[in-house]
Amino acid sequence: MAKYKTKGLDCWQRAKELRAKYYKDYAEAHDRGALRWEGGAWMFDAVPQSLEGEIHVLTEEPYGAAVGADPKLQVRYQEAAEGKWGCARDLCAYLRNYWGSIVLNEYAFGGEWPKADFIFQNHICCSHAKWLQVADEIEGGDVPFFCFDVGVGAYDKIEDRQIRYVVDQIHDGIEFLEKHTGRKFSDEKLIQNVHNTYDSACYWAKTCELNMAVPAPLDEKTMFSLYVLGCLEKSNPDFAHFYKYELYPEVQDRVANQIAAVANEQCRVITDTQPPWGFLRVYRYLEQYGIIAVANLYTNSLIGWWTHDDKGDLVPWPTLAEQGITIKDRDHALWLLAEAELKGKSQWAQFYGAKYKNHFVTKIAKQWKCDAAIIHLNRGCEGTAQHQMETKIALQNMGLPVLTFEGNMADEREFDETRTYRLIDLFVRETLGLQKVAD
Amino acid sequence: MIVAGIDVGGKNVHIVIARNGDIMAKAGAPSGINKAEAVEQLYDETLKKAGLKREDVSQVVATGSSGQRVAFAGGVIPDAAADARGVIRLIPSARTIIDVGAEEGRAIKISPEGKVLDFAINEKCAAGTGTFVDTMARALEIPIEEMSKISLQSTKSIPMNAQCAIFGESEVVSLIHQKTSRQDIARAVHDAIAGRVGSVARIVGIENDIVMIGGVARNDGFVESLKRELEMDIRVPENPDFVGALGAAAAAAAGITGEKVEARVVEKETIEEGTT
Repeated sequence: MAKYKTKGLDCWQRAKELRAKYYKDYAEAHDRGALRWEGGAWMFDAVPQSLEGEIHVLTEEPYGAAVGADPKLQVRYQEAAEGKWGCARDLCAYLRNYWGSIVLNEYAFGGEWPKADFIFQNHICCSHAKWLQVADEIEGGDVPFFCFDVGVGAYDKIEDRQIRYVVDQIHDGIEFLEKHTGRKFSDEKLIQNVHNTYDSACYWAKTCELNMAVPAPLDEKTMFSLYVLGCLEKSNPDFAHFYKYELYPEVQDRVANQIAAVANEQCRVITDTQPPWGFLRVYRYLEQYGIIAVANLYTNSLIGWWTHDDKGDLVPWPTLAEQGITIKDRDHALWLLAEAELKGKSQWAQFYGAKYKNHFVTKIAKQWKCDAAIIHLNRGCEGTAQHQMETKIALQNMGLPVLTFEGNMADEREFDETRTYRLIDLFVRETLGLQKVAD
Repeated sequence: MIVAGIDVGGKNVHIVIARNGDIMAKAGAPSGINKAEAVEQLYDETLKKAGLKREDVSQVVATGSSGQRVAFAGGVIPDAAADARGVIRLIPSARTIIDVGAEEGRAIKISPEGKVLDFAINEKCAAGTGTFVDTMARALEIPIEEMSKISLQSTKSIPMNAQCAIFGESEVVSLIHQKTSRQDIARAVHDAIAGRVGSVARIVGIENDIVMIGGVARNDGFVESLKRELEMDIRVPENPDFVGALGAAAAAAAGITGEKVEARVVEKETIEEGTT
């Protein structure tokens, strides 16, 4: 007999359709006279998307992860990147998937690799700094490239000068965009795109906040399929609408009616970093024990923006409407965008030290009422994997039992599924003292 | 009640048959490539030693990396759980277990009741396992049993720089050519493994009493190296490589058989949807 009622998400199909359309539009862009560009998933897609006319983006990390979700495809692409192009195997797994795709001239969603018209990139990490430079090299070295620096400090150190530093670079970027595309930049479009970005980021955070409820309305495996839209293009009006008017209200309804993601929820866990994408069935394995992954610094804040309330608890970043802000002009729009991304995206934490990462992770563990933690020691991303053992200690000091397992977010050669299940069985049965619950 | 615990590791099988907590018979043998067959054969030999037939045994619990291969086991428990149960029976004051076998080295923190509180496993690198000792013994051209004896004769500490078992072998060959004594090289090998194992142990936090088990615990030279590394005393029970099997037998006696949980997954949606 299930403990809670459960059902699938009504908006699930819609999310699938939006994602499929995104990748199709990118491939077919040139057929319609539209532009296409490559860039990072973290931020500022609103800027190039504000060029006049139709324009589509391919963000690197979601593409690398989509390949990683198919182990057979991923191995082929990585062996192409390593064997044919010659990169080291210990580089970012997404990056190797991406490069391998280009080397083989294959688009993971069908057809040949769709070459970009320009690259607009920000340097969130060492891999991103080189990623699209090398991609351009593989593609022939003739794709106009613009990049800007965003490593300006942790959220509590951001002052006006850092925001101005990033904003001024983006102003330069707009000049680059107009020069190399021959299109005018629309401030009106920018203002709308910034609104969309705020809606995507803030309403995703609000949705994550709802997962503090018991039972949790969403499980992390499902959440991966929902947050990805914001990684593809936060400024996309359809995506922003989805988050604000479809997903968030439905999850609110689930909380109000105690509709659970896992019918026999008996143990809530916080996880860490990206999962092994080709083996998401690990989450379903955990559910056999009534274990639900409810939160993760990565899942909550890769696209979600957060701030602290007066008590010091994490709360979603307020939307522009909630702040009562009317965007005045281009600079104001860019300022609001940069400010929220630099201060609100908690995912920056690990780049600035264990102190910051542990601050957010322990708050999440407490606020989302977690009973235990499961940390994926992710060899595929040095950025998110920083400080994981310090984080383990911090969580244990809170009284949470913690399991770590080794793996790689997008390289199946470094994930031992059988051994991972052995570790889970040991942790769940012995340390947590749980038995398998009925389906 | 007569029970049996069967520990099927990467290299060896160990079996313990016990009645009311007392060991009636035990046996160990290499598991070889066909582990299931090796288990069947050794089990029959152990039963014969105890003067028993299969039907005399009420419950069999298996453990170890290949515990699932024991077709006739009534259940399988994780190896760290078996270690905990075995150690706490032998040394109730144990709080940290270090188990170094052929393919894995692990540290386990346990409660006074023998519950696994935390664990860390060196699962991907041979440099912290018995395999490293085997490889270096071959490079030194001495039987593995000699490694312990000659390392204890060394009075000098020589650092081994290689992090990896493969490069370590090259380094041993170089040391031999430099006329370094076998005693000093053997000690250096043990010190190198002790460094790795010590790192794993520190992940779970080290608390007295520290108990070492597993096949490598029979190597007194290594145990001395580990004591120096941790700067703490280490207790080694008699027959340390049988402790896992003993723990599995204890679980069988307590009716804890674990579950043969299949990796059956109820998929709510297809995996190819939305990732980043």
